[in-house]
Amino acid sequence: MRRITCTVNGVRREAEVEPRLLLVYFLRETLGLTGTNVGCDTSSCGACTVLMDGQSVKSCTVLAVQADGAEIATIESLATNGQLHPLQEAFRTHHGLQCGFCTPGMIMAGLGLIESGAGMGDEEIRLGLEGNLCRCTGYQNIVTAIQEAAGKMRQSAPAGVQGGSE
Amino acid sequence: MTQVAEPQGKRWVGGGILRKEDPELLTGQGRFVDDIALPGMLWLSFVRSPVAHANLARVDVDAAKDLPGVVAVFTGQDLADEWAAAMPCGWPIADRVMPDEPTADARVPDHWPVAKDRVRYMGEIVAVVAADSREHAADAVEAVEVDYDELPVVLDMEAALADDAPVIHEAFGDNRAYTWNLTNGEVDRVFAEAPVVVKERYYHPRLIPNPIEPRGVVVQPVPAQGELTIWSSTQIPHILRTLMALVMGIHEAKIRVIAPDVGGGFGSKLNFYAEEGIAVALARRLGRPVKWIEERTEGYLATIHGRDVIQDMEIAATEEGKTLGFRVKLLADMGAYWMLNTPGIPILGAWLYHGVYDARAYQFECTGVFTNKTPTDAYRGAGRPEATYAVERAMDALARRVGKDPAEIRELNFIPPFDQATEVASGLQFDSGNYAPTFQKAKELAGYDELRREQKASGGRRDGKLLGVGVSTYIEMCGLAPSQVLAAVKATAGGWEAATIRCHPTGKVTVVTGTSPHGQGHVTTWAQITADALGVDPDDVEVIHGDTEFSPTGLDTYGSRSISVGGTALYKAAEKIRAKARTIAAHELEVAEEDLEWKDGKFQVAGAPERAKTIPEIAFSAWTAHALPPDVEPGLFASAVWDPPNFTFPAGAHICVVEVDPDTGQVFIDKFVAVDDCGTVINPMIVDGQVMGGVAQGIAEALYEEALYDENGTLLTGNMSTYRVPSAAELPGFILDRTVTPSTTNPLGVKGIGEAGTIGSPPAVVNAVADALRPLGVENDQVEKPVSAERVWRTIQAAAGQAPAERVAEGGGTGAASMTPEGEGGLV
Repeated sequence: MRRITCTVNGVRREAEVEPRLLLVYFLRETLGLTGTNVGCDTSSCGACTVLMDGQSVKSCTVLAVQADGAEIATIESLATNGQLHPLQEAFRTHHGLQCGFCTPGMIMAGLGLIESGAGMGDEEIRLGLEGNLCRCTGYQNIVTAIQEAAGKMRQSAPAGVQGGSE
Repeated sequence: MTQVAEPQGKRWVGGGILRKEDPELLTGQGRFVDDIALPGMLWLSFVRSPVAHANLARVDVDAAKDLPGVVAVFTGQDLADEWAAAMPCGWPIADRVMPDEPTADARVPDHWPVAKDRVRYMGEIVAVVAADSREHAADAVEAVEVDYDELPVVLDMEAALADDAPVIHEAFGDNRAYTWNLTNGEVDRVFAEAPVVVKERYYHPRLIPNPIEPRGVVVQPVPAQGELTIWSSTQIPHILRTLMALVMGIHEAKIRVIAPDVGGGFGSKLNFYAEEGIAVALARRLGRPVKWIEERTEGYLATIHGRDVIQDMEIAATEEGKTLGFRVKLLADMGAYWMLNTPGIPILGAWLYHGVYDARAYQFECTGVFTNKTPTDAYRGAGRPEATYAVERAMDALARRVGKDPAEIRELNFIPPFDQATEVASGLQFDSGNYAPTFQKAKELAGYDELRREQKASGGRRDGKLLGVGVSTYIEMCGLAPSQVLAAVKATAGGWEAATIRCHPTGKVTVVTGTSPHGQGHVTTWAQITADALGVDPDDVEVIHGDTEFSPTGLDTYGSRSISVGGTALYKAAEKIRAKARTIAAHELEVAEEDLEWKDGKFQVAGAPERAKTIPEIAFSAWTAHALPPDVEPGLFASAVWDPPNFTFPAGAHICVVEVDPDTGQVFIDKFVAVDDCGTVINPMIVDGQVMGGVAQGIAEALYEEALYDENGTLLTGNMSTYRVPSAAELPGFILDRTVTPSTTNPLGVKGIGEAGTIGSPPAVVNAVADALRPLGVENDQVEKPVSAERVWRTIQAAAGQAPAERVAEGGGTGAASMTPEGEGGLV
């Protein structure tokens, strides 16, 4: 067993974990944060995407011990005081989800993309989401939602996170 | 505070209100099966056959039982007494279908949740472990020792029908599962006398459905009472409860099935699965809660596959290309066993192999074949994509033969508009249809005529690529189903649906539906229907589904049935509410019932609209029961069960524009247009979403997806990195529009939209590729799906006479494919 300390959704967490424990199971089963889903066993689907130190990662490809000292953000951290995050709001407005299973990972991947300063052209977003599979929506509404949310978030964000253009 | 939210003229139906389902799903508060953890819960893991066909010589679980954390390990023999009935097939096909069409040989294989002495496909369950953790269960699975006496494997359908083929179910003597025929009109004469007959062979690769949530089941037993609660990632909680009662020999009242949030289904969760039965058996036997969550790679073997059909398709026509007859012979791969609907899936297309075109003769013949592969069953569209593909590819062949444009040949043959149920060539009565305007709209959106001019001017080239335009129309048979028709085709269940409405004294409304959504947005759509029917706000309507404790009656969600059958049941329940409410309102307003009119969401006295009662007001008086009219029971609630008089027949037209790289074979989709007609639209945002998702799956089927086995029956595309589910980067945007031809089957005029995109889109894509390759001398039937870069490249090379003899696109190849799964492919 190994002791790890990390910050998850702004809360400092300490735990004894097996070295083979995946970050996604640490989040889901040790911490009870079941918003992050598991959709495959080959790191293909991206349903388990979270932000680790601001970068989107598939939490099924990260060991919990690798998250020692890291800051993790999951889908549960986005809405505040009952208010949806602009990206969540945009997914709702543009019908960017149907069954909702890929949605937490898709939103965290989208958030990572927006915060990375990537360009928000249609093709850039599509390429940026390459690691996240959705079987319900056909992606078009997801791309639109990310585009719209990025516009709103970047308007209200400091200059440092302005992304490239198309 | 309830507000009667309908100002003059405003209706909720037809408005794209945001989904009520979304806030939970967007914030990680959705509750999927894997989110359930119960005290004392055991993890199940399965020993699965690594070979496709073998006798079980020895299954030794002793070493596994001794491992840490292992509570029990059972073989098929150990569990043999747990089952009151075998794995159920709910649609064992007919012994007779239509008069004079005997099909007396449907054969139901012996099928048990855990194999007893023989395995017949890779992935079949041989033993089950229950342990205190996922890891301990997995370790124990590794420790089970099995000796497999391997048997010859048969994978190709035509090979399986050969006289000397290895027999998969010995009791049957050969591998034929059934024959099912349908004839309407003088088929032989029409084909013999027709001046033009086109005949082509098409193959539909095996598809793996891939909802992003894998399957899973949790069972909590209450041993003292003999009760069970089952949480399953299923589309069919009600049917599952009935089947579980039969298979386990338990009273239905003791079984509660909950379909919590379900992460997509696409037909793959429309089944009774071995793992569900085993989980119940072990929960009862061990007296502890059990949990199983499918691993994706496991699911590729253990969850049903779709399609895998060979078609010999013929059209008889005049020299001008006027269609006279449609005739098709199918071979349908059952896989090794019959699951819930396996033999019925091709039959869902049986009447549709003339599409939306006129003819005077029609014939459909289907032979089901057993092979050593995962069983097939419903995958989005189920039988109808197969039919549409054959018709639409063959219409292109006909266009080539008679020298007409693909659009022109279709326009020449559309069934004329009709707004009452009308018999078509296959003998069915379509509910309503007006196909030409839908097609015209698609052509305009695609810029069809300009594209053809561009092709003509450029010799079919654009920027060095081959420019192709593909059109497709489609017809669906949805709204499953009139119960008497199901009886005629030997489905075991009926096709009705149930709904209950309760109007509470607070003015709020609860709707209980028997449908079981898993992404389709029923909670929102049903609230819209209720809001209009009762004059309340959708926000005041709670919709309950997917839990047999609170929704005891229903037949669940599949076959684009929910809105047309379940939505209509809801509408009928609302009519009952309004009828009772009218009696109460008349009493309170001291007028005759005939003097009341339902207007602006309330009952108004004719000529004195200020004297009115709303449903919430009446619900309150019905609850207090202080002054009800004589013979009126307290309370305002009603139930209805709707058994549809006919199917519904959504239709549409899809157009795809592709650019094919002649050097690499990569297909780039330049434009995709879908114009769909699903009758009345309740929520356009949701309907568009269904179309887009369906089209994406159809394009994936056309371009990428194909389950491949090696010659030993090992699934080569055995995980999500080798079977290609496309991401956003590999799919185009879509241009959508619709026409509205209300159904005559139900009072809402709705037809269903869940499968339309998957049905209409594949032939549009493949026809476009065939069109692009035509200037190279490639024949229509030399282009087969998936039109992957490798396959297209080979086809181009073959046409140029530079290729190795192998033609991957040759029809009829089924399981033992010679090609390997494509690695890098076209970025579209």
